Amino acid sequence: MELLSKSASELASMLVKKEISSVELTKAQLDNIDKLNPKINSYLTVTHELALSQAKQVDDQRAKGESLPALAGVPIAVKDNLATIGIATTAGSKILQGWVPPYDATVVKKILANKMPILGKTNLDEFAMGSSTENSAYGPSLNPWDLTRTPGGSGGGSSSAVASMQAPLAIGSDTGGSIRFPAAVTGTVGVKPTYGAVSRYGLIALGSSLDQVGPVTRNVMDAAMLQDAIAGHDPMDATSLPESLGSMTEAAKNDSVKGLRIGIIKELTGEGFQKGVSEKFNEALEVLVAAGAEIVEVSCPSFQYAIAAYYLIQPAEASSNLARFDSVRFGLRVMPEGAATVEKVMSATREAGFGPEVKRRIILGTYALSSGYYDAYYGSAQKVRTLIQADLAKAFEKADVLVSPTAPTTAFKLGEKQEDPLAMYLNDIATIPANLAGIPGMSLPVGLAKEDNLPVGAQFLAPAREDARLYKVGAVLEKLLEAKWSKKMMDFAPELKVN
Amino acid sequence: MVQKDDGLRSRAEGELMAKDQLMDYQKALEAYEVVIGLEVHVELNTNTKMFCGCANVFGDEPNTNVCPNCLGFPGAMPAVNGKAIENSIKIGLALDCQIAATGRFARKNYFYPDLAKNFQTSQYDEPIAFEGKIDIEVPSGKVFTVEIERAHMEEDAGKLTHVGGSTGRIQGAEYSLVDFNRAGVPLVEIVTKPIYGAGDEAPELAAAYVRSIREIVKNLGVSDARMERGNVRCDANVSIRPKGEAKLGTRTETKNVNSLRSIERAVKYEIQRQAHLLSQGVAIIQETRHWHEDRGATSSGRPKSDADDYRYFPEPDLVPIKPSKEWIEQIRATLPEKPAVRRKRLMELWGFSELEFRDVVNSDLLDEIDETVKAGAKPQAARKWWTGELARIANSENKDINELAITPLQVAQIAELVESGKLTDRLAREVLTGVLAGEGDPAAIIAARGLEVVSDDGALLAAIDKVLAEQPDVLEKIREGKLQAAGAVIGAVMKAMSGSADAARVRELVIQRATEG
Ligand SMILES: [Zn+2]
Repeated sequence: MELLSKSASELASMLVKKEISSVELTKAQLDNIDKLNPKINSYLTVTHELALSQAKQVDDQRAKGESLPALAGVPIAVKDNLATIGIATTAGSKILQGWVPPYDATVVKKILANKMPILGKTNLDEFAMGSSTENSAYGPSLNPWDLTRTPGGSGGGSSSAVASMQAPLAIGSDTGGSIRFPAAVTGTVGVKPTYGAVSRYGLIALGSSLDQVGPVTRNVMDAAMLQDAIAGHDPMDATSLPESLGSMTEAAKNDSVKGLRIGIIKELTGEGFQKGVSEKFNEALEVLVAAGAEIVEVSCPSFQYAIAAYYLIQPAEASSNLARFDSVRFGLRVMPEGAATVEKVMSATREAGFGPEVKRRIILGTYALSSGYYDAYYGSAQKVRTLIQADLAKAFEKADVLVSPTAPTTAFKLGEKQEDPLAMYLNDIATIPANLAGIPGMSLPVGLAKEDNLPVGAQFLAPAREDARLYKVGAVLEKLLEAKWSKKMMDFAPELKVN
Repeated sequence: MVQKDDGLRSRAEGELMAKDQLMDYQKALEAYEVVIGLEVHVELNTNTKMFCGCANVFGDEPNTNVCPNCLGFPGAMPAVNGKAIENSIKIGLALDCQIAATGRFARKNYFYPDLAKNFQTSQYDEPIAFEGKIDIEVPSGKVFTVEIERAHMEEDAGKLTHVGGSTGRIQGAEYSLVDFNRAGVPLVEIVTKPIYGAGDEAPELAAAYVRSIREIVKNLGVSDARMERGNVRCDANVSIRPKGEAKLGTRTETKNVNSLRSIERAVKYEIQRQAHLLSQGVAIIQETRHWHEDRGATSSGRPKSDADDYRYFPEPDLVPIKPSKEWIEQIRATLPEKPAVRRKRLMELWGFSELEFRDVVNSDLLDEIDETVKAGAKPQAARKWWTGELARIANSENKDINELAITPLQVAQIAELVESGKLTDRLAREVLTGVLAGEGDPAAIIAARGLEVVSDDGALLAAIDKVLAEQPDVLEKIREGKLQAAGAVIGAVMKAMSGSADAARVRELVIQRATEG
């Protein structure tokens, strides 16, 4: 167990020193998955043989003295909305049950090129639509801190896997907070890079103009190393940034916040936030101030329209992105009763294959794009996007990074918000603006809320392409908090009883 | 937009096949003013598809030129083919269009089994080229300036084959097959503004316009421009209104018009059909109609309204295209001569009369004759073959002349053989038949069928002597100087030689033989 709670960077250095082999590490990791996953449901598919054969290959290469990438041999979990050759890829939906892609997502290719054994594919809300994994067609994942609660969503599979030592690292995707919210409620680190920093090719699209792939880890350095491994221009993704954003690993070695201007977003503090969340957030700020950072207050008034805009743009894009699930070329095919026409087969398949939240958003999005409504809905939402970008640009004149709690509350109970989609949507209030503006955001654990002993996350935001700033401030805050607590965040976690 | 079958809307077959009544064409034109609008799709001949690296080839085994992208697999993303953009700009420039500083792709959303993503990546409010014009000459010699509204890029859909059922259409079919080789092939859609004032020449103008577009894209080298393969496809919008009426009539959009002849016929048909309905006080339904070449009629497709909702929105997976001014000017500098300039040059080069030349243009034979001349034929010979025998065959087979299975080189070879006296006109026609039947090149057919002209006078003289001996009265007349009497002998000799003799030589020998003896 001690081995598995080590960070990816520690494991990487043990591998280099040959204190452990990748096969041993991967085997131990798989054993823990076999023990925990039946209860926690982090993984939809566990790829035992593939992971071990990849591990063996790395070990062989290392034995021969070949030069290997930094994370070579460190196993990883991949969210099940990224295409993987030969491994079932479901996006948490029945409509893709058993679908095995004939191609790898670019991120997956990079993971393989970095010689990281793939442990399996992690659970998510169907097509990443949700904040709790309760919309997964394959049942929710549980929060290792309290098995009656959500590990967040949509990437609750990845966050719960990393938080319960079923993987040292995981890949997530973030459309409105799907990396950062799960990280916040599981005491892990989650980063949504700048839009375009990581290729989307092979990511099953939710909202194409919002989606971004990123790391889920147990500390800042691990996230930095993983972002470095997966980032970079990809000619297969036209929206991928042409330029490199520099080394996040280098940024994560930073040890000072002296003179750093930290902007507190007025609209994302105070009312509406759980007391224990605000307390831990403020403590973290005090720690930063004590270390020489400067706190300024900034205002982003158009954030009040962010959720409304988001729930027009994202469903609109999703309604179009999900049109391809029609049973003609791949995936589920359901034959209707009576004489089948192609139209009836498509309808029957989509009726049976999509869950209620997906249908709700397809309807929302179809409506928002309809002629006569387009300007009022989709058009206005795009204008809000521009306003939010303008607000942020102004805020970044006063501050180097912005900060807020990642989410208004700690992990909520499974079932608590399932009947109230609007309450579920409000959960993303702090995370959505980053997606609308295309800027990077990091959620970092800042302690446990007094009233429920559950993890609280602070979210840092930086201007587009300035991802390094997140790692610089994150690394320092993490170190200061660990010094203050004299332990790591995960050491607070209760012992997992899964029988 | 990509051509759609109306199969998803259920319509009774009987209704589709209802026979229309038509008003006499001249009467229709006396009462109504015709307005037409043309949408021409040009398939580009780039090596690869519009948004992926798959080969853009016609006629390959179905579903072999496909990838996750053009199959619309989850997670796949488009990457724009730069050559397709360059070619689209070429077309825009050749049509005197302005080229957009920023062109954006949009998604056009509709479900259809040949559309892999169930949306078509197209251009909507920001086309690559807009506001152009082109002068079109109709058979009467009159020139119309057709204004181009826009030329935009989009991707083609896959190809459906409906199996079972009687109509070859989706309804009634047992099952349908879909070939995605064509899915994602780059298209440029060229849309005209409404064309007024063509009167009774509207059908000819429509055909001449499409001919010009075809000529342009072919000369630009951006498309194979073969209508029979669907490289150039036309949708014809037709509306009519009573003369003097300011309000435009309701239009129909006739699809599936894929030859120049059909375009002319379809427009004429729609004018007559609509005129009959209006004269009976029946309103025209705004709809798409299908052209049936065999019946020479259009039939009702699906109702279409301006409210047809494709939920267009900007394609979030692509960034806007921003062609630089320098690049556009570079492309402009590479454009070939304009059709009007080329025509003038060729007319002078070939020495055709104005009438002959107009006949060539109107018969859509400019390229064929140009290539035949380039292959070595004399211009007049090339013209005679194409506008004569080949036109006659195409007409009798109800085909476009460009669809005939003969190349300009083969025509040039035949013309050359006639020129050198190796083939008679009659033999040449037989060789032509062989070529059209796919028996090979002229030389091979001549060898296989033994068609070469008999130039051995010995065989001829033997035949002549035999015929003269059988017809002593004719021999007498020739000897008396009545040379026209030789005709009967020549005919009989030619028959005896199974046509493989040069008639002029036979005549020469007949007279020589008769006067000798
Ligand atoms: Zn392809």
